[in-house]
Amino acid sequence: MKVCIPAEINTEELRVAATPKTVLRLIKQGFEVFVEKDAGLKANFSNQAFADSGATILGSAKETYETGDIILKVLAPSSQEIGLMHKGQVMLSYLWPAQNPDLLNQLSEKGVNAIAMDAIPRISRAQKMDVLSSMANIAGYRSVIESANYFGRFLNGQITAAGKVAPAKVLVIGAGVAGLAAIGTARSLGAIVRAFDTRMEVAEQIESMGAQFLTVDIEEDGSTDSGYSKVMSPAFIAAEMALFKEQAKEIDIIITTAQIPGRKAPVLVLKECVDTLKPGSVIVDLAASTGGNCALTKDGEIYTTDNGVIIVGKLSQLPSQASQLYGNNLCHLLDDMGKAEKFVIDMDDDVVSRAMVTHQGTINWPPKPLPVSPQAKKVAQEEVVVHKPTAEELAKQKGKKALINLCLIGLFLVLLGFVAPKDFMQHFTVFVLSVFIGWQVIWNVSHSLHTPLMAVTNAISGIIVIGGLELFKNVNMTLPLVILASIAILVASINIVGGFFVTHRMLKMFKK
Amino acid sequence: MLTGQIEIIQASAYLFASILFILSLGGLSSQESAKRGVLYGMAGMFIAIASTILGLLGKGVGADAYTYIGVSIAVASVVGIIVARKVEMTGMPQLVAILHSFVGLAAVLVGYGSYMDHMEKMLDTNFALSHGGAEHIIHLVEVFIGVFIGMITFIGSIIAWGKLDGKIRSKPLILPARHAINGLMLSACFVLGYLFCMAGTVDDGMLYLYIMTAVATYIGFMMVMAIGGADMPVVVSMLNSYSGWAAAAAGFMLGNDLLIVTGALVGSSGAILSIIMCDAMNRSFISVISGGFGDTPVASGDGPAIEGEVTATNHTETAELLKSANSIVIVPGYGMAVAKAQYPIHDMVQKLQKQGKKVCFAIHPVAGRLPGHMNVLLAEANVSYDIVLEMDEVNDDLPETDVVMVIGANDIVNPGALENPSSPIYGMPVIEAWNAKQVIVMKRSMAVGYAGVQNPLFFKDNTDMLYGDAKDSVDKINAELM
Repeated sequence: MKVCIPAEINTEELRVAATPKTVLRLIKQGFEVFVEKDAGLKANFSNQAFADSGATILGSAKETYETGDIILKVLAPSSQEIGLMHKGQVMLSYLWPAQNPDLLNQLSEKGVNAIAMDAIPRISRAQKMDVLSSMANIAGYRSVIESANYFGRFLNGQITAAGKVAPAKVLVIGAGVAGLAAIGTARSLGAIVRAFDTRMEVAEQIESMGAQFLTVDIEEDGSTDSGYSKVMSPAFIAAEMALFKEQAKEIDIIITTAQIPGRKAPVLVLKECVDTLKPGSVIVDLAASTGGNCALTKDGEIYTTDNGVIIVGKLSQLPSQASQLYGNNLCHLLDDMGKAEKFVIDMDDDVVSRAMVTHQGTINWPPKPLPVSPQAKKVAQEEVVVHKPTAEELAKQKGKKALINLCLIGLFLVLLGFVAPKDFMQHFTVFVLSVFIGWQVIWNVSHSLHTPLMAVTNAISGIIVIGGLELFKNVNMTLPLVILASIAILVASINIVGGFFVTHRMLKMFKK
Repeated sequence: MLTGQIEIIQASAYLFASILFILSLGGLSSQESAKRGVLYGMAGMFIAIASTILGLLGKGVGADAYTYIGVSIAVASVVGIIVARKVEMTGMPQLVAILHSFVGLAAVLVGYGSYMDHMEKMLDTNFALSHGGAEHIIHLVEVFIGVFIGMITFIGSIIAWGKLDGKIRSKPLILPARHAINGLMLSACFVLGYLFCMAGTVDDGMLYLYIMTAVATYIGFMMVMAIGGADMPVVVSMLNSYSGWAAAAAGFMLGNDLLIVTGALVGSSGAILSIIMCDAMNRSFISVISGGFGDTPVASGDGPAIEGEVTATNHTETAELLKSANSIVIVPGYGMAVAKAQYPIHDMVQKLQKQGKKVCFAIHPVAGRLPGHMNVLLAEANVSYDIVLEMDEVNDDLPETDVVMVIGANDIVNPGALENPSSPIYGMPVIEAWNAKQVIVMKRSMAVGYAGVQNPLFFKDNTDMLYGDAKDSVDKINAELM
C-alpha cells in the first residue's frame, strides 16, 4: 500500500504529517512511502533526509494525491486539495467535523474515507493516537517557555549575593493535557504553580505535578463522560471569576487552557482580572484560536495592555517536535488498522468507527458517545448522596449555637446574681475575666516552650502559699491549724522555688 | 502603721503581682522574651508574699507565727533548689507532676484550715449575723469544692508521678463498670456537699469533709490509673489545669483576688495545653480522661493487610546513607528521651552540617511525655532551636527529603493514621515520614507503640530498621561519620 504525504498548502502551517523517523516506522509496517518535494522544509526536514529514510520524493501535489492509497495530512484539505483526491482513498488529518459540515459533504461526495484525527475518542486504548493530547502537551510546554520569554524576571527563586529573588507565581487554568504539561514545565523551571479546574477528579493529578489545586466553595463537578468539562452553573462561574480576580493580585503569569469541544472557549479571565495584574505580568491564552479564555486576547497577536500586561495569543508550534509526535500518532493509528498487508477499515472498532467521519460516500457524524471512565462516574454519583452543608449553613448553625449559649450564660449569671452576695459576685467577675486573659495569653505561647510554660505555671500556682499565710491571721491559733498552715506554706514554697528555678535552668538551655 | 493603709498597700501589691504574672506567661511567647518572663514571675511572687506578710503585721499576729512561716519557707527553698538542680531534663515530666501534687495538697490544707477558722468565727454571734445565710453557704461550698479539686490534684499527680517515674505500671488499669462506680462516687460527693453545708457543728462538718476527701482520693486515683503511656502529656497538662483551679477555689474561700486571678491563669493554661495535646492526637478530651485507649488492640483482620517486609540495616550502611544524603529530617520520640540520645544526636547533626547537609528536627506535638518535651531535651543538648521545626512546617518538605531518621518514635509516624479508617489512631495528624526517599527507623524491637497498633511504615520498601538502643546506635553512626 502506498502512503503519501503532501506538503501543507497553508503558509501558516509549519508541521508536516511525517518525519524521516516516522517514515522508517511506516516502511517497517510494510507501507511504501511517498513524500511531496519540500513537504518537510518548514519543520526542518530536508528532502534528502526523507529519501535517506526510504521515502520516494514526488515532484508535485497532483502526483502525490494520485499515487496514494492513504494520504497523511495535518490540516483539513481545502476544496482544491479534495479535487485532487479519488474515490476509495483513505485520508488522515485534522477535520474538526463538528465545525465543518461542508467539508464532510465534499469528502463524502468524492467518496474519500476521511479519518478526523481530532475525533479519535479519548479512551485508554486510543491514547497513543490522540493528536489532541500530543499537541496539547506541546502547547502546554511552549506556553510556559513563551511566558518566561516575555516575563521580565526569573521563574525560580534564588538567593544570590546580589539579593534574594522571589519565585514567580504561575496560575494554570484548566488542567487538561496542556494544563498539566504547563504545570510540569513551570514547576521544573522553579515557579510556584497553582492550578484551577472545574473537574474535581483532576485535583489529584494537579497535586501530583507539584501544583496547588485551587477550588471554589461550590460543590459542582464539571466532569463529563467525554473527559472534557461541561459548562458550569452561573453561581459557579461567578465564584470562579472572584477566585481568579483574587489570585490576580499576586500571580505573575496566567496560562489558560480551557476549551470546550465544538464551542467557543469560555471567557474566564475578565478585563477586571487583567487590570488587577501587576505590570509585566504575562497571560498566555492557549484557547486564542477558539475565541480565547481571556476577554482581551487577540488571536494570533502578542500585545501589551494599557496596564502593562502582556497577552500572548499565538504560540510557536515547535514544528519539528509537533510533526514527530503527530507522525507517531498517525503511525499508531495505521498500525492499529492492520498495517499494510491486513489494512482494513473496521467500522465495528470503537476508535475507527468514531474517527472515520466519511465512509464509502456516507457521512458518519456525530458518532455514538463513548464514556471515558464509567467507574469514575459511579463514584461521583455516590458522593453526591452525602449531603455536605455549605460553609454558609455551617456558619449559620454556629451563629445560632453561639446565640443560645450566650443567652444561657446570661440567664445563669442573672440567677447567680440574685442568690449570691455582692462580695462573691465581685470575686466571680475577677475570676471570669482572668480566665479570658489566661486564654488569650496562653494561645500565644510557642509550642516549643510548653514544658517551661508548665514549670512556670507550676511555680505561679504556688501562690496558694498566700492561703497558708492568711490562715495565720486567725486570732486564736490552735495547734492543728498552725500545723496545717505550716505544711501548706512548706509545700507551696517548694513549688515556687523549685518551679522558678527549673524553668530558669531550662530556658538558659534554649540557644539559637 | 495603720491597718487601713496596710490594706491599701496590700491591694495595690496584689494587683501589681497579678499584672506581673500575666506578663510572665505572655513572655513565653518566644524564646527571646521567655527569660524575662520568668523574672516577672519571680518578682510577682516576691511582691505577693511580702505584702501578705506585711498584712499579717498589720493584724498584729504574734511573733511565733513568723517563726513558723520563716522556717517553712527556708526549708522549702532549700528543698526546692536541690530538687530543681538535680533533676535531669528527661525527668522533667516527673518533677512537674510532683510539683502539681504539692499545690493540690496545699489547697486541701488551706481548705481545712479555712473551714475551721470560719466555723470558729461563726461562734461569734455578731459575725454569724453579718455573715449568715447565703454567704455562709457559699463559703462552705467554696471550701468543699476547693478541697475536692485539691485532693484530686494531689492524688492524681502522685499517681502520674509514679507512672512517669516507672514506679507504677504505665498500663491503664481498667476496672469493670468503672464509669458507673465513678458516677456513683461523684453523686456521693454531691450528697456529702449538701450534708456538709447543713451541718450544725464543726465536728459534723469535719466528718463529712473527711469522707468527701476519701472519696476524692478514690476518684483521683482511679482517674489517673486508667490513663497511661502516650496519653500522659494530656494527664499532666490536665493536672496542671486542676492545680490552677484549686488555687482559684482557695481564692474564693479566702476572698483573695490575687489567688483567683493566678489560679484562673494557670487553670486556663493547663486547659489549653490539654486541648492542644488532644487535637494533636485527634482524640476528644473526654475520651482521654475516661481512659482505656491502649486496651483495644486492632484485630489482625481489621483494615488492609500490611504488605511488604521489614528490612533491617546496620549502622555502617546508615552512615553511608547519611553521607550520600543532602537533606535529613530527624523525628525524635520518647525513645530518644529514654536512651538520653539527644547528646550524640547533636554531635551527629553537627557532623552532618559540617558536610554541608541540610538537617532539621521534626517535632510532633505529642512526642514525649510532656508538651514540648522534645524541645527541652534538644535544647539541653545545645541543638539550635532554628532547626527544630513543628510537624506542619516539615510535612510539606518531606517528599524532597533524602533521609528521615525516626529515633524512638512510633505512633507519630504511623501512616495508618491517614490510610486505615479502622485504625484506632485514624485521623491523628502524623509526620509523613514515608514520603521521604529513605526512612531509617531506630527502635529497640518490633514492639507496637503505645496505641497498640502495628506500624505499616516499618514494612514500606523505603524503610529500613536499625535495631538497638538509640544512644548506642547514634554513637556508632557518629564513629562511622568521621
